[in-house]
Amino acid sequence: MSIFSYLLPKRQNTASVAKERLQIIVARERSTRGGPDYLPQLQEELLQVVRKYVPVDQDAVNVQMDRESGCEILELNITLPEA
Amino acid sequence: MTKIVVVTSGKGGVGKTTTSAALATGLALRGFKTTVIDFDVGLRNLDLIMGCERRVVYDLVNVISGDANIKQALIKDKKVDNLFILPASQTRDKDALTIEGVEGVLNALRDDMQMDYIICDSPAGIEKGALMAAYFADEAVVVTNPEVSSVRDSDRIIGILASKTRHAELGDGDIPSRLLLTRYSPERVENGQMLSVEDVQEILAIELLGVIPESQAVLNASNSGSPVILDTDSDAGQAYSDAVARFLGDQLPHRFLTTNKKGLFGRLFGG
Repeated sequence: MSIFSYLLPKRQNTASVAKERLQIIVARERSTRGGPDYLPQLQEELLQVVRKYVPVDQDAVNVQMDRESGCEILELNITLPEA
Repeated sequence: MTKIVVVTSGKGGVGKTTTSAALATGLALRGFKTTVIDFDVGLRNLDLIMGCERRVVYDLVNVISGDANIKQALIKDKKVDNLFILPASQTRDKDALTIEGVEGVLNALRDDMQMDYIICDSPAGIEKGALMAAYFADEAVVVTNPEVSSVRDSDRIIGILASKTRHAELGDGDIPSRLLLTRYSPERVENGQMLSVEDVQEILAIELLGVIPESQAVLNASNSGSPVILDTDSDAGQAYSDAVARFLGDQLPHRFLTTNKKGLFGRLFGG
């Protein structure tokens, strides 16, 4: 760092960009962790079906597998945009 | 009681072997009988970092396949008492590692050799070698650089540790996993160019074992084949020493997290 860095405009804070990107991707990868292998594809195909009728974002469809006392629960959560 | 510790990361080149060497040496310096095992079959490197590459006769795969017994294969460190190295095989492929084989080696280290600690230096990736290194672990040290791909891979490894160890399969719950952040540059963090230790901790959500500053001492140590923890004058050596103390339960403040503030002259002309 030299005298020029005080005269030039501040460089972009890339660390905060990195943190934000990591938080999003890590949360997404955790949501499918430990579940059956077909979940990501199921999520992708559901998204395509929903998009045939409603324009939704990539993360509008949430698929989760939970285990409760011996039975498995497949939870689908589809967030539709506000009309 | 023997404790098995895996040093892992997912991503390569972040400092697993440097950390395994430092942790094992640090534990041995404190009087614990310690073996450090290289699980990177085909890409052996721990021997170089420990400075015993010319004394390798037998390796991990030789012991698993019964070509040698554990006593013949263990290399006794020349600088530190209580410290032993079990190198990886350079020629055979990873399929030589089997659950039963690895268990046999670990049992021999525990029962015949009376080790206090067994440090398993994991290879990069999430393939067989990494899974074998982690399977029998009682504790894990996750080595991470403050950089996006390393943090993401570490999160993946933390997930694997939670489901693919023997303790997890037996339903004993998660093994304690702690974060060791390496190649940390406080100056770049202060300039907003590097994830801070708080950022990484917030994302990975595991306990912090230590922060190792980016340091020339690490390369000097590997150049000369002497674990960096033996370089007691260096920042990295001291940071590893602190991490070993914390590993054993001491409460120590984290050091080397901030830059030394420069004076006006340094700020105008400093590098």
